[in-house]
This record gives sequence, C-alpha cells and structure tokens, in this order.
Amino acid sequence: MSGLFVLEQALNGLQLGFMLFLLAAGLTLVFGVMDMINMAHGSLYMIGAFVAAWLVGLTGSFIIGVAGAIALTALFGILLETSILRTLYARDHLSQVLATFALILILNDGVKMIFGNDLPLSAPQALEGPIEIIPGLMYSAWRLLIIAVGVVVAVLLYLLVQKTRMGALVRAGASNREMCTAMGVDVGRLFTLVFGLGAALCAVAGSLLAPLLAVQVGMGENILILAFVVIVIGGIGSIRGALVGAMLVGIVDTMGRTLLQQLLREALPPQWASAAGPALASMSVYLLMAVMLVARPQGLFPVRT
Amino acid sequence: MTASKRRPVSTLGKAVLGIAFAGLAVAALAADKVKIGFVSTLSGPSSALGVDIRDAFLLYVKMNGGKLGGLPAEVLVSDDQFKPDVARQLFERNVKRDHVDFMTGVVFSNIMLAALPEAIDNKVIYVSPNAAPSPMAGKDCNPWFFAVSWPNDAYHEAAGEFANQRGLKSVYLVAPNYQAGKDSLAGFKRTFKGQVVGENYTKLGQLDYAAELAEIRAAKPQVLYIFLPGGMGINFIKQFVAAGLGKETMLLLPGFSADQDVIGPVGPAMAGLFNTAHWSPDFTNAANQKFVAEFRKEYKRTPTLYASQGYDDAQLIDATIRATKGNLADKDALRRAMRTAKFDSVRGPFKFNTNQYPIQNYYVRTVGSDGHGGLINKSFNDPILRDHGDAYVQACKMPK
Repeated sequence: MSGLFVLEQALNGLQLGFMLFLLAAGLTLVFGVMDMINMAHGSLYMIGAFVAAWLVGLTGSFIIGVAGAIALTALFGILLETSILRTLYARDHLSQVLATFALILILNDGVKMIFGNDLPLSAPQALEGPIEIIPGLMYSAWRLLIIAVGVVVAVLLYLLVQKTRMGALVRAGASNREMCTAMGVDVGRLFTLVFGLGAALCAVAGSLLAPLLAVQVGMGENILILAFVVIVIGGIGSIRGALVGAMLVGIVDTMGRTLLQQLLREALPPQWASAAGPALASMSVYLLMAVMLVARPQGLFPVRT
Repeated sequence: MTASKRRPVSTLGKAVLGIAFAGLAVAALAADKVKIGFVSTLSGPSSALGVDIRDAFLLYVKMNGGKLGGLPAEVLVSDDQFKPDVARQLFERNVKRDHVDFMTGVVFSNIMLAALPEAIDNKVIYVSPNAAPSPMAGKDCNPWFFAVSWPNDAYHEAAGEFANQRGLKSVYLVAPNYQAGKDSLAGFKRTFKGQVVGENYTKLGQLDYAAELAEIRAAKPQVLYIFLPGGMGINFIKQFVAAGLGKETMLLLPGFSADQDVIGPVGPAMAGLFNTAHWSPDFTNAANQKFVAEFRKEYKRTPTLYASQGYDDAQLIDATIRATKGNLADKDALRRAMRTAKFDSVRGPFKFNTNQYPIQNYYVRTVGSDGHGGLINKSFNDPILRDHGDAYVQACKMPK
C-alpha cells in the first residue's frame, strides 16, 4: 500500500464528505430551525440536478445551468414551503414524515412527466478528465472542483450564520423557537427564507454531483439517508456539526471500503475476509452512527439546550 | 299434458339443437378472445424498463390488428409499484377474478418470484419478458414458466468469452454485495480463462465509487467487468470516465448497462464501450427492422433490450395461440404448443431448451454514433456464443 494510494483515498473521503455536507447543511437548518422532518429534501436535490441538466442542454453553459438551477430550485422550495409545508409545522413528526414522503412520490412522477426518466449531464470539457496533482497521482478534476466548492460554501455558510442578522435569527430559532417568537421575530418569513436557502444548497449539490452520478428520477432517496446520518452525528441544527459529521461519514465510508478491507485480508483467512469485508464496509457508516447515538445522543455539536 | 306436446322434439328442433351444440363445441375449441394479465413496474424511479416492455408488447398487439393468435386480445395492464406484495395481489386478481389465459410483464426477479405462484400454481402460463433467475432454470424449473428473455448468467458468460477472444489475461470484477451480484460474476468466471486480479463487492445502491476506482487503478487489470444494474452502473461509468481510467483498462459491460436507457443519462462518454447482449437495434433480420421502425414511429425513441423482449413476448403468445388454433381451454396443450412455438424473433434464431429457457446467440455490441448526433449500439456480425443455453438445465426435471 503506497503513500499515494492512501493520499488518493483521503481525497476521496474528503470529496464524499463535502458532497454530503452540501446536502446535509440544508437539511440540518430546516430540521433544526423549523423542527420539521423534511423527507422531500432529496427531491429538491433531484430537481436541482434535473434543472441544471436541462439548462446546460439548452444553453450549453455549465455556469448558467448551475446558476439557473440554484435560482429555480430555491424559488420552488419557497413555493413548496408557503403552499404545503407551512401547514405541517404544528403537526407531530409522524405526520410530517408521512406528508413529505407523499411529496417524494408526487415530485418523482412530476419530474418524470416534465423531464422524462433521466437526463444526460457531463462535466465541461476542461474538467472532464483527470489531472495530475502531484507526480504519479491522477485525480478527477471535477472531484477537486467539488472539494473547492464545498470549502467555499462552508465558509460562506459560516459567515452567514455567525456574522449576519439573518444568521443570528437562524441560530436563535434553532436553539429556542418559542423565545425567538416571543422576542418579535417574524418566524414565518424566517422559515421561508431558511427553506429557500436549503433548497438552493440542494441545487448546488445536485448540479455539482450530476456529472458524477445518474440524473434520474429517485436519485434523491439514496443520498437522503446518508444526509440524515450526517446530521444525526453532527447534531441537529448545527452547520458546524453538518460539516464535521459529513467529513467523518465520508472518511469512515471510504476507509471502510479500502483500508479496512486490506487489513482484514492480511489478518483473516481469505474466505472470511471476502465475506466480512464488504459487509463491514456497508455497515461502517451506520456503526459510526450507532456508536454516536449511544455515546452522544445529542450529536457532536448540539444546538438545542 | 296432451300427447302431442309430449312428442319428442321435431326434426327441425333437432337440427336447431344440433347447431346450438355444435356452436358450443366450437366455443370450447376456439375461445372468442384471449385475456392477458400484464403486471409490471410502471411508476417510480425503476419504471423505465417496465414501460418499455409494455409499450413494445402493446405495439405488437396493435400492429396485429388488436389480435393475438387470431383472437381479439384484451391486455389487462397494471402497475406493481416495484412492490412484491402488490404484484402478488395483482396476479391473484388477474388469475382468480379476471380468469386470464396468460400472465406476463414483471421486470424484476424478486417481484416475479413473489407473485409467480399465483399463476403457475393455478396452471396459468407465465411468460417472463425479463427476469430469468438461475434457480428457475435448474432445480426449481416449472412447466408453467417460460423465459422469453435470456438466462441470468448469459450476458456475463458472453463477456468472459469476449475477453478470451481479445486475448485479455487479467480482469477486475465489481458487483453489488448480494446474491445476483455474486451469481453474475460467477457467470463471467465460468467462461473467462485469464486471471481475476481483484473482485470487489460494493454496497447495494452505492453512489460513489472513487475508492473502488483507486483500487482498480492500483491493480492495473487489462479489463474491468462490472455488474451494476440501474443507477449504480450509470454512476460507475460516469466516474470511471472522470477518473481517466479508460486509457489503461477496457471497461466491459453486460448489455443492460450499455443500453439506450444508460446511454441517455451517461451521454457521450459511452462511445466505444463494448457490451454483450442477445439483441441489438441494428440486427438486419426483417422482423427486427420492422420492429425498430414501428417502435420509433409510435414512441419517438429507440427501443431498448427490454422493448425487444416485450415484443417477442407478445410474438410468442401470438404464435402459441395460433398453434392451438385458438383453443385456450386445454392448458396442457397450450403449454406444449408454447414449447415449440415458431415465430420470427427480433433476435434471430430462438428456441426453448428443455427447461423452457432460451437457446440463442449472444453478440458483442459497441456504442457508436447513430448518425443524428446521438449514440446507439452496433453489433458484431458473428455471435460470441452460438446456440447457447444455460449451465443449470441438467438440474431441471421438467414434466412432459
């Protein structure tokens, strides 16, 4: 096992982490601030990817595609919040899960009616292939871009949440909603804005991941589960938690799929290793979550006191 | 009662009765219509396959003037929603309430295996347009079950043979960590004569394959073979291309991972990839040319493998009914007729093995330009496997 191989896997872990962070950041805000379990978060990610693929096909420009996807998905998120989700805040979590699960089904077949079952989207030519970052290590240019965008979004979100008035309201809403309302904050408008922001982040994730993943109906459900794992580990409502949780999940998952397998192969007889390895790799992320739930049920960076 | 009224039926009356009985007898021989229960996954993320099978099936019925085997055909289409329990209920309804003559349609083997007993235990023929699991070809073979598609391992066996033919000596294999994944790779290894340098069983539904691709790069295989159905395959191929592995390693695919429904979402990166299948849209036989042209005209898209299977499904039922001259009542005769039914399959030569799985040719295809800015599969002229059955047929004790 060479150093380059470990470095490449570390990059892979980081990249998977940032990809999950983009999705989990929006989810944790909605869950934390509005106390709303939104199963349809993955559908917004799907809509973002579809709109991006559609616009890129139409205009030929990736930048227009991504910008358009962010704007349209945010708008759609706001419409969704004001028309349907708003009525669910007062309900219990079970009703929210049921209603937003219904939304998944409706949005899946809605997207299929509008765009069809899938759309093609490739990275722009310049970033399509791999580049040599250090001699001997080729790495996908697009994955590097995802890491870069992830860093930028993390910094912007940090500034937004820590340094702006809206961020203060978001933090206040997440830590104590009743008090926040009592202090005269227009919670309704705050929620709409937060939801729109969450939808925009979904679109960023969707359009950036589209060149690596299939843009197809139902793409949101697969990734949603991992996003929930991330926010449970990180602590609900915390952007910092989402970032750290996403990194942990990304790295544990990648290492579980590679280094753990190699260690097992060296430590166990081959037939045991080949049976236990893939099983353990599939479970690694969920084991991490289970350990976290036992050791720190409130997550790494709990917001609510 | 008077004597006259007690008299036996008049000659005229006898004649009338005779005609009436004759009419009944004819009705018993040739049915006035054929009912087919078509259950498939028609909504949700996995519906593209079922929709293609249905569209092609209905296209054949339409091209045939709404008839199958000369009888007006009533196709009862319903959606299993990708749920085994729903499929089972729909099968039960079609068999017990609607009294269908044939059942067909299901795409996925787990759904089919759950619903199948409702048909075959009630002596209703089930024609599988796609799922053809290995156990049903061997020890669990059933006289009421016909697979008109291709046995589970066949594409993988063909791919292994193609790697041999190209003189490729080392292979790396990737499949999801579940039974079908292991079976498929076993199919590849059955024919491949070179060395397996790596075998990776990934999580079912995995999104990101960066870690696996790094391992493959380190293992330096000459050929990489993957069994990753649906979205997993699309994700893998996109990431394989982005990682730039294509220059060092040949990516070889089973036909369904390089079909029209994968070419769409992956895009230009598919060009030049090799894959194995029993059918290709460019086959020049008359039946196929007609099918592809009519399908494109009707639905404005290129048919997939699944569509070709749905079309042959309808052709098989059509030929079977014709062979029994419309008699649907004698179920055993119907079953025997299906075993030897003759029809012009769009795949070329086709016949049933003793386990009622196909014996047919398999081809290597490569993805190339369709001349209109899109991509399409083109087949090599010579089959890679000729008159190929499956490895399980010996275990099947099929009753006569």
